[in-house]
Amino acid sequence: MPSTYLWALLGGALIGASASILLLYTGKVAGISGILGGTLPRGAVGREPWRPWFLVGLLGGGALLVALRPEAFAAGPARPLAAVALAGLLVGVGTRLGNGCTSGHGVCGMSRMSPRSIISTMTFIGAGVASVVVGRMLWGLS
Amino acid sequence: MIPVISVVTGALFALGLALSGMTQPAKVLGFLDLFGSWDPTLMFVMGGAIMVHAPIYWLVVRKRPKPAFAQAFSLPVRRDVDKRLLGGAVLFGLGWGVAGFCPGPALVSVSTLTPTVLVFVGAMVAGMVLFHEIERARGDARHRAEHGAAAGRPTA
Repeated sequence: MPSTYLWALLGGALIGASASILLLYTGKVAGISGILGGTLPRGAVGREPWRPWFLVGLLGGGALLVALRPEAFAAGPARPLAAVALAGLLVGVGTRLGNGCTSGHGVCGMSRMSPRSIISTMTFIGAGVASVVVGRMLWGLS
Repeated sequence: MIPVISVVTGALFALGLALSGMTQPAKVLGFLDLFGSWDPTLMFVMGGAIMVHAPIYWLVVRKRPKPAFAQAFSLPVRRDVDKRLLGGAVLFGLGWGVAGFCPGPALVSVSTLTPTVLVFVGAMVAGMVLFHEIERARGDARHRAEHGAAAGRPTA
């Protein structure tokens, strides 16, 4: 198996382990859109400090990794910043409206065989595929 | 204990994302490029994650009455598929396919300080806050309609 797939499996296993530890010890779901959204104004009912602490680990871990392994963060194909801004808005609104993203629905929800998460994951992957097709047709995006 | 576990699992999550290649948008877009030159890497990432998390959920979590350091598991209970779930997934997917970023990898990549990542994260946060405000305004409107304009803000 090519090493890139082995690293993918290993990295995925670490993500799964992280979600498992969080669930076993704190009872919380490692869904990043919910963790970020729940930290923002009017994002959740009541104070739940575990969310900002998780973000500290996520951002801090990221900072360390960017410093030690910058090649793991190689930039993707160039996109106009206006398109990137639109993309961010869509992801921000969409993940809150749909109650999750690739981690919350894709990893945690699908592991629990949640019908909502299975349908959501299939839908957002489908929409992602469509987005790439449209991007190529409309703007010749690579 | 909960803050410590939260920080550690957040860092572990970041490590997993970086090792798996998901902090490289080209690999993510490659997976979504189903009708072009398809890169299956993301499938292996999600597969690896589920292969660890699913057994632990079904064989360990489900047998426990409560998590180690909290009163109860905070697991979603809804099983119905509604317009919000579908609509949200469509919007999310459309945005994801533009630059290959979803919330986790974007946040982990923030300290690269590239304009693309900073603009994406800023817009994502703005989108979430905007959504919260719209929900709140709709909640207020509904409350006023039910109780009259003088009732003011909902207590819940």
